[in-house]
Amino acid sequence: MIGLSHYLVLGTMLFSIGLFGVLSKRNAIAVLMCVELMLNAVNINFVAIEKFITPGTGLGQLFAIFVIVVAAAEVAVGLALVISIYRQKKSVNLNDFNLLKW
Amino acid sequence: MILQNVLENAWIIPFLPFLAFALIGLIFHRWPKFSTAVSILSIAASFVFSVMVAMTVFSTAEGTVYEAGTRWLSMPGLQVDMGLLIDPLTAVMLLVVTTIALLVQIYSIGYMHGDPGIASYYAYQSLFAGSMLGLVVSNNFGQIFVFWELVGICSYFLIGFWFGRNSAKEAAKKAFITNRVGDFGFLLGILFLQIIFGTLNFNGLAVEIANYTNTGVLSMISILLFFGPIGKSAQFPLHVWLPDAMEGPTPVSALIHAATMVAAGVYLIARAIFIFNTSAEALMVIAVVGGFTALFAATIAIVQNDIKRILAFSTLSQLGYMVMAMGVGVMTAGMFHLMTHAFFKSLLFLGAGSVIHAMHDEQDIWKMGNLSKKMPITTWTFVIGALALSGIPPLSGFWSKDEILLGAFASGHMGLYVLGSFVAFLTAFYMFRLIFVAFFGSNTAGEHAHESPSVMTWPLIILAVISVFAGFVGSPLMNNAFGHYITYVGAQHHEASVSIMIVSAIIALAGIVLAYLVYQRKLVDYEAVKERFSGVYNLLYNKYYIDEFYALLIKYFVDGTAKVMEWFDLHVINGIVNGIAIFTGRAGTALKYTENGQVQTYALYMFAGIVVLLISALCAVFTAIA
Repeated sequence: MIGLSHYLVLGTMLFSIGLFGVLSKRNAIAVLMCVELMLNAVNINFVAIEKFITPGTGLGQLFAIFVIVVAAAEVAVGLALVISIYRQKKSVNLNDFNLLKW
Repeated sequence: MILQNVLENAWIIPFLPFLAFALIGLIFHRWPKFSTAVSILSIAASFVFSVMVAMTVFSTAEGTVYEAGTRWLSMPGLQVDMGLLIDPLTAVMLLVVTTIALLVQIYSIGYMHGDPGIASYYAYQSLFAGSMLGLVVSNNFGQIFVFWELVGICSYFLIGFWFGRNSAKEAAKKAFITNRVGDFGFLLGILFLQIIFGTLNFNGLAVEIANYTNTGVLSMISILLFFGPIGKSAQFPLHVWLPDAMEGPTPVSALIHAATMVAAGVYLIARAIFIFNTSAEALMVIAVVGGFTALFAATIAIVQNDIKRILAFSTLSQLGYMVMAMGVGVMTAGMFHLMTHAFFKSLLFLGAGSVIHAMHDEQDIWKMGNLSKKMPITTWTFVIGALALSGIPPLSGFWSKDEILLGAFASGHMGLYVLGSFVAFLTAFYMFRLIFVAFFGSNTAGEHAHESPSVMTWPLIILAVISVFAGFVGSPLMNNAFGHYITYVGAQHHEASVSIMIVSAIIALAGIVLAYLVYQRKLVDYEAVKERFSGVYNLLYNKYYIDEFYALLIKYFVDGTAKVMEWFDLHVINGIVNGIAIFTGRAGTALKYTENGQVQTYALYMFAGIVVLLISALCAVFTAIA
């Protein structure tokens, strides 16, 4: 029987993979994709918790859709930034983006 | 009914000069003659009102007392009132102040003739008159302090009236700063009264203090309050400002620095005598300070050469007399002397002003001489003033000085009695030294002088007449009318003693005769005496070097403290402040290497922080369970 904990473990694994990618990838596109992974891990948690703890309210699904919308917007802005930086630096390697450094 | 109205409207007496000050200052200052007229008219009206008030007050056997007050400001725990208190003591002061202020202002028409600052002179005179009158009608300490400071600032303005002269500027500053020292203690005393008794009203305090038993606190308050008179009435050790205050115009010296403002300190002691009387120690301090000042100043006056400075030290000495009278428990005699002294000392100052005016600003008595030929009115009124000051019967000074000596004698202060008598001898001597040298001597330098205009001589004549007769109101001849009214809880009058009268008259005569023999007949070569005792002479001439001592004190103590503070500021305070800035800068420099500009690194730090928080939260949960 698949219960709440399975969904939570799946969400945690997805989140950890995404976090690892965000922290370790050097390619800006890959980092953006990993952020998406983390967001989707949260979405799984929302839906699973709604299903098992507060069934019938629809709040979890509602928030999941919210997150998807925000994620779409975020990707749009994020990709726009990456393109803009790529035009400046001719690179999508995060190591080259060190304007803030002392 | 009419009499009651007079007292209810007594606030007009200080109000009119204030109004004159405002009018001159704001509108009329362009027209000196008009300003003069406004000022003199206002003080004349105040004088008329004062006479009416005095007639009302003295119309009853015990003296009418009227008090009215209103709340000035109110907050929890503090009520400040302002009010009017008219009693015999106030009435006497009103009469003295308005009479002398009126005469001095009339006299100033002649003395200040042609001065470019006449309008502001009369504005200050009016401000002073209003402040002084406000001071004497106050019914509480708070209000008296406000007017106390107002007369102080007027004194500052008028000493420094000729501010183009450096010495006048310096003297004005000195007077103001020296008075601050005294006022500091005075204000502390007032604050203690407010804190302990919750009121500053004289009558309220009298009731409260009668039921208060902690004599230590009362002694402390008394001595703190006495700081005010020490400053304002120029008692030792804060006397240094008064001789220098002679830099002001001579009529100002007559009004402010001889007759009225410096007497405010004595008036304050008389007004608050119910506080001082509760503390034998405070009275002792007052008596000793007063007696010492009397002797100290009289010895200096003997060797001075400047006519105004002689009179200034004489004023110091006589103020010492009054303060001593308060201390030995004869408040009545002190106030009586204040009144007679106000008249004859202002007469002497105005006479000196007349001489200085005639001699074209020459103040050295040795450069005058034989003035009596050309200036008969000035000379003879001056002589009358000097006789009154010396205490020759039956002039006013005799009766009042005698009352003080009698009080000291009868209350068992033998030392102060002897000291007072000796000072009386010195007083007669230095006054007639001045007269014989400046007005009679063989020196003919004064013969090109001319008598002053009648606008100056008439005030002299009026004051001379008052100086002759004012003493009778307190003499046994008139049944001690003065002492009958000016009392505090029971008579403070001692039965007149003919022997003491005779002794003091002989002492005064002896002083005059000695001055006559030395300076007129020249039986003693005073130059030789000066040479012989040059050490003593220099000590006296330089006023016991008190000014120099204070200068040294300031140089080494105040400036030294300032230097230490400067070092502390530069090295310790600056060090701490700069140290903090440098530390912050260095810390920033060191920490900047942790910033590599990589957002991923920052995200890693964030993640690590969350992990740490999570672990500590879990630990907390587990320990709570365990």
